[in-house]
Amino acid sequence: MLHQELRLTGSGGQGLILAGIILAEAALYDGLNVVQSQSYGPEARGGASKAEVIISSREINFPKVNKCDLMLALTQAACDKYYESIKPNGILIMDKSIPNIPARDDITIYVVPIIETAMNSLGYPMVSNVIALGTIYEITKIVSKASLEKAVCNRIPRGTEELNIRALEEGYNLIRNHKEECYGHGCRFN
Amino acid sequence: MIERNVKLMQGNEACVEAAITAGMKFYAGYPITPSTEIAEISAERLPKVGGKFIQMEDEIASISAVIGASIAGAKSMTATSGPGFSLKQEGIGYAVITETPCVIVNVQRGGPSTGMPTAPGQGDIMQARWGTHGDHSIIALYPWSVKEIYYTTIKAFNLAEKYRTPVILLLDEVIGHMRESIELPNEGEVEIYNRKKPTCLTEEYKPYKVKEGDIVPEMAGFGEGYRFHVTGLVHGETGFPTNNGKIAEELIRRLIGKIEDNKDDIVETDEYLLDDADIAIVAFGSTARAAKSAVDTLREEGIKAGLFRPITIWPLADKPLVELAKKVSRIVVVEMNLGQYYLEVDRVAGKYTKVDRFGRVNGDLITPQEIVDFVKEV
Repeated sequence: MLHQELRLTGSGGQGLILAGIILAEAALYDGLNVVQSQSYGPEARGGASKAEVIISSREINFPKVNKCDLMLALTQAACDKYYESIKPNGILIMDKSIPNIPARDDITIYVVPIIETAMNSLGYPMVSNVIALGTIYEITKIVSKASLEKAVCNRIPRGTEELNIRALEEGYNLIRNHKEECYGHGCRFN
Repeated sequence: MIERNVKLMQGNEACVEAAITAGMKFYAGYPITPSTEIAEISAERLPKVGGKFIQMEDEIASISAVIGASIAGAKSMTATSGPGFSLKQEGIGYAVITETPCVIVNVQRGGPSTGMPTAPGQGDIMQARWGTHGDHSIIALYPWSVKEIYYTTIKAFNLAEKYRTPVILLLDEVIGHMRESIELPNEGEVEIYNRKKPTCLTEEYKPYKVKEGDIVPEMAGFGEGYRFHVTGLVHGETGFPTNNGKIAEELIRRLIGKIEDNKDDIVETDEYLLDDADIAIVAFGSTARAAKSAVDTLREEGIKAGLFRPITIWPLADKPLVELAKKVSRIVVVEMNLGQYYLEVDRVAGKYTKVDRFGRVNGDLITPQEIVDFVKEV
């Protein structure tokens, strides 16, 4: 039985809710049950933002994520606020720009240059969320690649498909080609 | 094979799609978190189906415009949250006494006043019932999923038309904002009720006369040739104001009776594992989702729990609640307030069984484990 609870965190404006929607939609294409929810502060930009996705092969009752299997953190504030909610043996994907790595030895931590890749390799900081989705896919394979790509293309502005598919691929590659000293499995803290 | 239309949809979006399927042709509103998407999507969708969207200067103007549009013949809706719901109460009373069908969506948030705009709360249960002044009855529906928002929105329009009354749709912030899969019905798969219009000669039309065998008066649209007067004052069959006590008594009794006497048609409840239950959890909206999980956990631990879920919050599901009370040894009412629906459950069920309450008002959802712990504790 499949049941995964994911929490995508950062600040308002980073596209985390959209990332949550895309992931949920991809799971729906795969025929799974899904609930996507979010919480945010009163601000339009900035402030804490989190999107939650529950993907399950059974019916989902309680719609919110409590302890998560996987967490994405794009800011230090979000990382600090939520890292304790990761289940033992869970996964944390954190952006490389976050200086303080949480002190947890019971989870796998990936430190990945998501925002930097969006800025430098693709030239568009706003695709950070899609790169992040690529990393989540490559680590978890929780949805199929075809569904993820279809869901991305379904939810982004028309004309940006190529850019966003490239962003996904950057995400896959960040995990595939990780260097031990900077990010990836080598960053598992024991 | 019929093509199925399965989509990932937000609760607020499902509300608009359903409203359009039900025949909504007019929306007036003043956006407020967490209901804003309903206004946004209505603005986008309505012009494409020959409808009108207008953002008014405030909530009172919005409900007034909705009432006006409905009197002119258009199925109408507005949406708001707590602070705006307070402002709309004046108009809701006007819709009650003028018997104007309309749907008012309240995506609840933490209150009172501006409270916690982005956090869930279930504090408007009693305001939905008694928010507007004067003796009256009201219909309020409370879905617990995106799919059910779709069907209860359609039901809200149908009941509004059938009983010529404002119908309130209560949503939780978390249900309005979350996304789930929904299979949209194909055309013709949904039952739509339209208000009964007069067929008599224009000079014979009495706008507030109930025909033998009917529940409510036939409703002409303004501008369709029938002349009639609409007032918030007590009125007789002609629609003109009166201070005649006999007419007032008849009118108010009829307005309340058309709802309270038709509970069998209006009231809808849902239950889960109640057949052999010893303990019944009563909950609605998002809280009922936590309660359903809690029931599963309690059963795994050998405690015979079940869930009773009112989908129709008002009028009260008193008959089903009494039946429930007679067969369980305890009822636990769980709600994100400190005991509003509890008061009603205790009133009707308290003489048959013990009724406890578990409430919370901090803006966090009540979790399944907290319900489990509470049930085991008391």
